Amino acid sequence: MDLAAVLTFEILNGVATLVLISVGLAIIFGMMRVINLAHGEFLMLGGYAAIVATNHGVNIWVAMLLVAPLVVGVIGVIAERLIIRVLYGRMIDTLLATWGLSLFFIGIVTTIFGNTVAGIGAPLGSVSVGRYTISLYRLVLIGIAAAILAVIFVALRRTRLGLIARGTMENPNMAAALGVSPPRVYATTFGIGAALTGLAGGLLAPISGVLPTVGAAYVAKAFITVISGGTAILAGTAAASSLFGSINQLLTYFTTPVIGEAGLLAAAILLLRVLPHGITGKLFRGSL
Amino acid sequence: MSGRRWRSGSVLTTVAMVLIGLGVPQVVDQFGLLQLTVFAAMCILALSLGFVWGYGGILCFGQSAFFGLGAYTYAVTAVNLGESTLATLLALVVPAVFAALLGYFMFYGRLSDVYLGVITLSVTLIFFNLMNSTAGDAYRVGKARLNGFNGMPSLPTLNVPGDPGRLLDPTETFYLVMACLVLVYVGLHVLLASHFGRVVVAIRENEARCELLGYDVRLHKLLVFTIGGGIAGLAGCLFANWGAFVSPNVFSLTMTSQIIIWVIVGGLGTLLGPIIGCLIMQYLATTLGTQQLANTSLVFGVIFLAFVLLVPRGIVPSLRRLALRA
Amino acid sequence: MSGAILQTVELSIRFGGVEAVRRVNFTLAERELRCLIGPNGAGKSTLFKLLTGQLKPTAGRILFRGDDITGHHTHAIARRGIGIKTQVPSLFDGLTVHEHLWLSARRTHPAERTRAIADEILERIGLTAVANGAVGQLSHGLRQWVELGTVLAGNPDLILLDEPAAGMTHDEVARTAELVREINRTHALIVVEHDMQFVKMIARTVTVMHQGAVLVEDTMDQILKNATVRDVYLGKHGGS
Repeated sequence: MDLAAVLTFEILNGVATLVLISVGLAIIFGMMRVINLAHGEFLMLGGYAAIVATNHGVNIWVAMLLVAPLVVGVIGVIAERLIIRVLYGRMIDTLLATWGLSLFFIGIVTTIFGNTVAGIGAPLGSVSVGRYTISLYRLVLIGIAAAILAVIFVALRRTRLGLIARGTMENPNMAAALGVSPPRVYATTFGIGAALTGLAGGLLAPISGVLPTVGAAYVAKAFITVISGGTAILAGTAAASSLFGSINQLLTYFTTPVIGEAGLLAAAILLLRVLPHGITGKLFRGSL
Repeated sequence: MSGRRWRSGSVLTTVAMVLIGLGVPQVVDQFGLLQLTVFAAMCILALSLGFVWGYGGILCFGQSAFFGLGAYTYAVTAVNLGESTLATLLALVVPAVFAALLGYFMFYGRLSDVYLGVITLSVTLIFFNLMNSTAGDAYRVGKARLNGFNGMPSLPTLNVPGDPGRLLDPTETFYLVMACLVLVYVGLHVLLASHFGRVVVAIRENEARCELLGYDVRLHKLLVFTIGGGIAGLAGCLFANWGAFVSPNVFSLTMTSQIIIWVIVGGLGTLLGPIIGCLIMQYLATTLGTQQLANTSLVFGVIFLAFVLLVPRGIVPSLRRLALRA
Repeated sequence: MSGAILQTVELSIRFGGVEAVRRVNFTLAERELRCLIGPNGAGKSTLFKLLTGQLKPTAGRILFRGDDITGHHTHAIARRGIGIKTQVPSLFDGLTVHEHLWLSARRTHPAERTRAIADEILERIGLTAVANGAVGQLSHGLRQWVELGTVLAGNPDLILLDEPAAGMTHDEVARTAELVREINRTHALIVVEHDMQFVKMIARTVTVMHQGAVLVEDTMDQILKNATVRDVYLGKHGGS
C-alpha cells in the first residue's frame, strides 16, 4: 500500500519536474514559434541566481521564488531584444543563434563561478510513508507545478494580458490593427517564459545542484516534451509531461535511471512518428 | 554562380589537399602531424553534415550519433579480432545501416525540419546516456569491455590489411586520413554532379515540385542520410584510431553542436565551407584550450552568435560573393 | 471504357462534415482537352488535388488507362505519365530554366537525349532568351510558362493544368492559349480555369462543377447558352 503511494509520488514528482522545466519553453515556442536552445541555460542561470542569493543571506524561498525568475526574466528580455527580434521568422537561424547564446552563458558562468558544483540543501526535510521516506520539498514542488499551470490558465483565459497574448498568437497582423504592439507582446512573452524557466531552475537547484553545464541535461527533455505536446501550451505540456514522466519514473523504478531516460526519449520518438504534430496537434485541439 | 568557375574551384581545392597531404609530413614535426591528422578526420565529419544538411536540406542535429557509432564499432571489432581491416569496414557499414533505419522511420513518416532535429538530437543523447552507463564487467561485446564513461583505451590501431603485426606509423596514418578526405570530397562532388545529386539539390529547393516531376523524395532523402551516416562513421573510425581511445563523449551534445558550428561558420551549401569552418574552429579550440584567458564555450558561443547574426551564409559563400563582385 | 485515358468513378472526398467533391464520374478520352470550370468553392481545385494524389479520396476510384491509381503517392502518379502544373507556380527558384527542363526530361529520357529535349522545349515555349537565368528572378507570366515547359519535358501522356493563365497579361493569355492548343495535338489535357476569356480560346468540351458535383458537361457553345450554368455563376442556386 505504501509502495503504491511512494510510486505515485515518484511519478507525480517526475511529471512535475517535466512540467517545471518545460512550461517556460512551451510558452515561448507555443506563442512565438521560437526554438530557444538556450533554455537549459536559463534553467542553469535560475539555479545560480537562487544559490548565490541564498549564500548571501537571502531567504531560500525568496531566492527561489523571486530572485531567480526576476534575474532570468530580465536576461530573457535583453536576449529577445538583441537577438531573437532580429531573427524573427527565421526559425533555423533563431535556433542556431540561441545555441550560440547557450554556449555563451555556459562560458560566462564557468569564468565567473568555475567548474565546481555549487549547492544548497533542500528545505523542509522529509516525511515518512510507511517504510519509505519522501522529501517534503519534492511534495511541495508537485504542488507548485500544478499551481503554475493553474495560474497560467487563469491568466490566459481571464486577464486582458492573456487575451492580448492569445490574439497575437493567433493573428499578429490583426492584433496590430487593433492597436496591440506585437513586438512588445513578444518581448513580454519571452520575458515571462524566461522568468518561469528561471523559477524552475531555482526550484530545482536544491535537488540537483548546479554546474555550468547542467543545462544540457534539461534542454533535450524540455524540447522533447514541448514538441511532443504540440501547439496547445497548457494541454500539450500537461499531456506530454504526464506521459513521459510516468514512463520515465516507472522504468526507472523497475530497472535503472538510464533505461528510464532512454525510455522517455524512445517514447517521444515513437509519439512523433505517430503524431507528427504532437499530442495536441490531433487530440485536445483548440484548447489552451 | 557560373558552373565552370565552381568546378575549377573544387579542382583547385582537391589539388591543394593532395599537395598538403604529401607535403606536410616533410615539414611538420610529430606533434603537428598528429594534430593535423585529427583535424583531417574532423573535416571528413564536417563534410558528412555539410552534405546531409547543406545539400540534402536535412536538419540533422545528431550527426555525432553516426560518428560515435563508427568509433565504437571500430573499437569493439578491433579489440575482438586484433585486426583492423574488417573493423574499418564495419565502422562504415554499421552507422550507414543505422542511418538507413532511422532515415526510413523519419522520412517515410514525413517528418519535417524541426521534428527531425529533435529526433536526431534525442538519438545521439540516447547513445550518450547508454554508453555512459556501460561501466562494469557485465557490459562487454565479445572480448571488448565497453567501460562506460571511462571509455575504451589502448585500441588496436590500423594495420596493413592481412598483417596484424605491421601497424601504420603516424606518417602513414596521416596519408591514409588525407586520402580519405580527398576521396570523400571528390566523391561527393561527383555524386552531386550526377543525376541523383541534382535531384537532391532540387528537393532542397522545392520538395513538392520534385514529387510532381515523378521523383521519390523520401527515397532520395533516405539515401543522402545513409551516405552521410557512413561518412560520419568513417570519421569516427579514423578518430578512434588517432587516439587509440574512444569514450561516450563522441555522442555528446558538445560533439554534435561542434559539427553544426563548423558547417555554419564555413558555409552551408558548399563542400569547401565545412572543411574551412572545421579547421578554423578546431585550431581555435586547441589554442584556446592551452591558454587561460577566455573560456572555450564563451568564445565559441560568441563566434556562433556573430556568424548567425552577421555572416549568416558562412565564410566560404561570403568570400565567393565578394570575389564575384570584385 | 476503351479510349479513356482518365476516368473517375463515384469519386468523393469529405472534410469533417463537408463533402467537397461528391460522387464525380468523369471520363477523359485520349488527346481530349477538357476545361473544368465552376464558381468559387465548386470543388475544382479539390478534384484536381485528388487527381494528382495530393489528397486521398474518402470514396470512389481513379483509373488511368484502366489502372487503378486511387490513393497512390503523387510521385507514383507522375511516373505513370501524368504531368502536373499546380495553381501557384511551384518551381526551383535557385535553379535556371534549363536546369528545370533537364531535371524533368532526365527522368524519362537517357542522358544523351536530355539536353536536346530541354533545348527543344525551350524553343517550343519561347524561353530560349531566359534559359540560363535563375527562375526566382522571372516575372509571373514567364514562371507559368517555365512550369508548363517543365511539365512537358517529362513527356507525359496526360497534362493537368491548374489555372495556367492566372495573373497573366492579355497577350500572355493569348500566347498560353496557343501553346495549350498546340500541346493538345499530341497530349490529353485537363485545364482548371477561372478566366473565361482563356477558356473560350481553348475549350472544346467543358465540365461545369457546382457544390462538389458535376453540374453539366457539354461543348463550350452549349455551356454558354445554358441557363442553369449562368444561374450558378450569378449566385442563384441551381441543382442540388
